[in-house]
Amino acid sequence: MTNGLIDFVLVSVALLAIGIYGLSVKRNAIRMLFGVEMIINSANLNLVAFARFIPNSQGQTLALFSIAIAAAEVAVGLALVIVAYRMYKNIDIEDFRSLKG
Amino acid sequence: MVDAVFLALSVLTIGSAIVALEIRSLIYGSIALMLTLSGIAGFFLLLDAPFVAMFQLSVYVGSIAVLILFTVMLVRRELIFNKIEDKRRRYAGIGLMLALMLGIGMVIIGSGMKSMETNSPAVDYKKIGSDFLTYYSPALIVMALILAASVVGALTLARREDMTNDQRAN
Repeated sequence: MTNGLIDFVLVSVALLAIGIYGLSVKRNAIRMLFGVEMIINSANLNLVAFARFIPNSQGQTLALFSIAIAAAEVAVGLALVIVAYRMYKNIDIEDFRSLKG
Repeated sequence: MVDAVFLALSVLTIGSAIVALEIRSLIYGSIALMLTLSGIAGFFLLLDAPFVAMFQLSVYVGSIAVLILFTVMLVRRELIFNKIEDKRRRYAGIGLMLALMLGIGMVIIGSGMKSMETNSPAVDYKKIGSDFLTYYSPALIVMALILAASVVGALTLARREDMTNDQRAN
């Protein structure tokens, strides 16, 4: 392998930082889900990279479980976005006021 | 050092991640997110994990991205192109992003990870399959239950309650 472990980890850090930026700045609910997806993917990249360099197979198994759980999370998140859109006719999260108390 | 395929993949992944968050139209944004997820699948192929790469392609690019596209198309047209954000919060967010990249990046570059190379052969993906059905089989069953429960929950949440059943049939 010509690529070292550190290259993959640096790409993963960049993706994590972009995801945190999207999660903290954007007010559109669907764009915030994009940020969550990027963070989950950077974690998966870390898992598989460390599993390749140790080497064992448990990291890949954990990455597979993580991908499946992320699929469930996105399905529920998009259903919540649709419900909120039906109630408020908007997907701007600053308009979702009834949960704020 | 890194090779050309790695460089191209990282430019594709990071670039389309930025495009997904910053482009005005949400539809193009979700297509760019699809590109990011395919780039991650390419990294998995570089890491000799073809099973995880194919799983990533079929689950993320195949189902999640299509789900996001359909949800975007259910939303009103002017909301898709609408982009309201606070200028000051945006600059603070960019600062936070750069601080995270530089901070964690410096820590990682300074650590002993730099010298970590491997010449060992890759893990056989047959072993992952047999692990799933033997050692991890209880976890696999629990994961299937979680998936089924979340899909039923999503259907229940998105169901319209102001329609009666005979309206639905028409």
